[in-house]
Amino acid sequence: MNMLEIKDLHASVNGKEILKGINLTVKPGEVHAIMGPNGSGKSTLSSVIVGNPAFEVTKGSMTFNGKDLSQLSPEERSREGLFLSFQYPVEIPGVSMVNFMRAAVNEHRKYKGLPALTASEFLRLMRDKRKVVELDNKLANRSVNEGFSGGEKKKNEIFQMAMLEPCLSILDETDSGLDIDALRIVADGVNKLKTPETSVIVITHYQRLLDYIKPDIVHVLYKGRIVKTAGPELALELEEKGYDWIKKELGE
Amino acid sequence: MQKEKENNKFVREVADEKYKYGFTTQVDTDIIPKGLNEDVIRLISAKKQEPDWLLQFRLDAYRYWLTLEMPRWAHLDIPDIDFQDISYYADPLAGKKNRPGSMDEVDPELVKTFNKLGIPLEEQMALSGVAVDAVMDSVSVKTTFKETLMDKGIIFCSISEAVRQHPDLVRQYLGSVVSSRDNFFAALNSAVFSDGSFVYIPKGVRCPMELSTYFRINAAETGQFERTLIIADDDSYVSYLEGCTAPMRDSNQLHAAIVEIYVHDRAEVKYSTVQNWYPGDKDGKGGIYNFVTKRGLCKGVASKLSWTQVETGSAITWKYPSCVLAGDDSQAEFYSVAVTNNYQQADTGTKMIHLGRNTKSTIISKGISAGRSQNSYRGLVRVSPKADNVRNYSQCDSLLLGDKCGAHTFPYMDIHNDTAVVEHEATTSKISEEQLFYCNQRGISTEDAIGLIVNGYAKEVVNKLPMEFAVEAQKLLQISLEGSVG
Repeated sequence: MNMLEIKDLHASVNGKEILKGINLTVKPGEVHAIMGPNGSGKSTLSSVIVGNPAFEVTKGSMTFNGKDLSQLSPEERSREGLFLSFQYPVEIPGVSMVNFMRAAVNEHRKYKGLPALTASEFLRLMRDKRKVVELDNKLANRSVNEGFSGGEKKKNEIFQMAMLEPCLSILDETDSGLDIDALRIVADGVNKLKTPETSVIVITHYQRLLDYIKPDIVHVLYKGRIVKTAGPELALELEEKGYDWIKKELGE
Repeated sequence: MQKEKENNKFVREVADEKYKYGFTTQVDTDIIPKGLNEDVIRLISAKKQEPDWLLQFRLDAYRYWLTLEMPRWAHLDIPDIDFQDISYYADPLAGKKNRPGSMDEVDPELVKTFNKLGIPLEEQMALSGVAVDAVMDSVSVKTTFKETLMDKGIIFCSISEAVRQHPDLVRQYLGSVVSSRDNFFAALNSAVFSDGSFVYIPKGVRCPMELSTYFRINAAETGQFERTLIIADDDSYVSYLEGCTAPMRDSNQLHAAIVEIYVHDRAEVKYSTVQNWYPGDKDGKGGIYNFVTKRGLCKGVASKLSWTQVETGSAITWKYPSCVLAGDDSQAEFYSVAVTNNYQQADTGTKMIHLGRNTKSTIISKGISAGRSQNSYRGLVRVSPKADNVRNYSQCDSLLLGDKCGAHTFPYMDIHNDTAVVEHEATTSKISEEQLFYCNQRGISTEDAIGLIVNGYAKEVVNKLPMEFAVEAQKLLQISLEGSVG
């Protein structure tokens, strides 16, 4: 069965159509990369999949593990196993990472019919998962993303992914703003969390992240449509030649 | 489409969200006819079998009240109140020949009411470790643990009983902190006050348990005018908590209380309030008008007073728990969270009046506004010419949910001594849709996300409450804001 199936998806923000008929299928275990020039709709696509209310779906359908996503609230999509690593993680002053993650993990458990974790079980889980991205202990006691550096925010996103164990993770420009060491740590974290059943969609501008997270399939998104789909060699070609040749192919 | 659906869902949820404490109790209640005049005051005084000096105190306050006008300076839109259209005394114990001495004598309906509210009147429930004075309408229903406390010389009873049993103490202190001429509502309360709690902690005694008063307005179209008097003698300590609820009614009800606290040398009083009077419905219909004068006098050297309040209820709140720091080296604190939602209005804050040397005060105020509500902080820090080395730190934060509510800050400073160090900080922030969506994406619903954010914001104040009430207050904060963001 397909994990994610998107058919003829149209979406707009403030009445302006951004996505103009997306078709995308992700099977369990696959890693997809979505590339494309600025403003092509990459971040919109990830926002729409996870149900950000700022975007309006005007046409088309999305199913996730056989369930119609339009019938699920953003929090239900999360509990069903959809995870977004945000491009710009927001700060939530006053809410400690511990309290935030405990609420999230226990909501996921409740959804699966599991009892809430005790305080000590939860703290042990946090300690184990922190190691995945070498997240500093002191960050776990701070407010969500408050005062985190750019790199720490991205590590924190992958830490949350480790805690929630999603079946489909969307990484929205997780490499932006990372130095080479942080990039490796974050990418290693994603790879450690990868299982044969889980899938990843990597949204990026650059080949360098794909050196660490190897995609099975690469798509080019341009003006709200997927205009090209190929194997990992496509990413290398884009790195070398840019997007102009694709625009030419499209007759522009 | 999706968003509109969500909005509708929230609107439905708000509409369905019932004020949990909105039930009424069927008991025989003796309510005197509506209206206010000297005969009514004489009747109240007679019903309570009061001594003549107290009747004169009431009449003097009433005559002064007649010369006053309703204060209009607050940032509140208060409809005209017809003071002749209110009944000033309601007694739910009227069916009983004698005042209750043991639980068996209290109307079972009343016991049920307080049990429903989670207030155990049975002393067997000693595990909770809290002594309670329960006040329904105008009358104290039952005070628990009285004997246990008496062993230590602590007096904890209704103020009516204190007038009968300890007339000299009451006469000495009543009106000594809040004069009957203090303001419009203080004068009104002094004229018609019904019941409330009286606490006396003798020299050197540390009160072994939390003392608590639970106020409940039950009867319709009555006002509640309770009066609380707390005296902490030299080197004593007491922690005191009041809670308030009322049934849901379409009409507004008036609540005008006075709390006086007198703190002697090196004594310490902690006074905590969880105020959850019925706030009115989502369209602003009904709810309690909460016009309260609370003040403590740190009379003794190195005395200490701390106010903590979590205010989520009432249609209109007008309340400034204050401290007069008269004794040298005395300290005062004010910690407040005030939540307003729908059409609620609150104008609340504190006054710190520094008269003694080396006195210190701290003000932490957190306002949370949602819906179409208006939430104002109003505070005064005054340093008198003789008060050397005063320190004050004030912090006023406002948190907004949505874009139809208002948050306002009115800090006043009146400093007459050059050695004073007075600091004021203020912030305003808003819960953004990005923050809520971030929580949603991690599996946390919008309501729970608001609860997390608001409790994080209010933590500094809520942590000052006694443990068991802190948990209750956290839940209350979340419930009060349910449905405030779509």
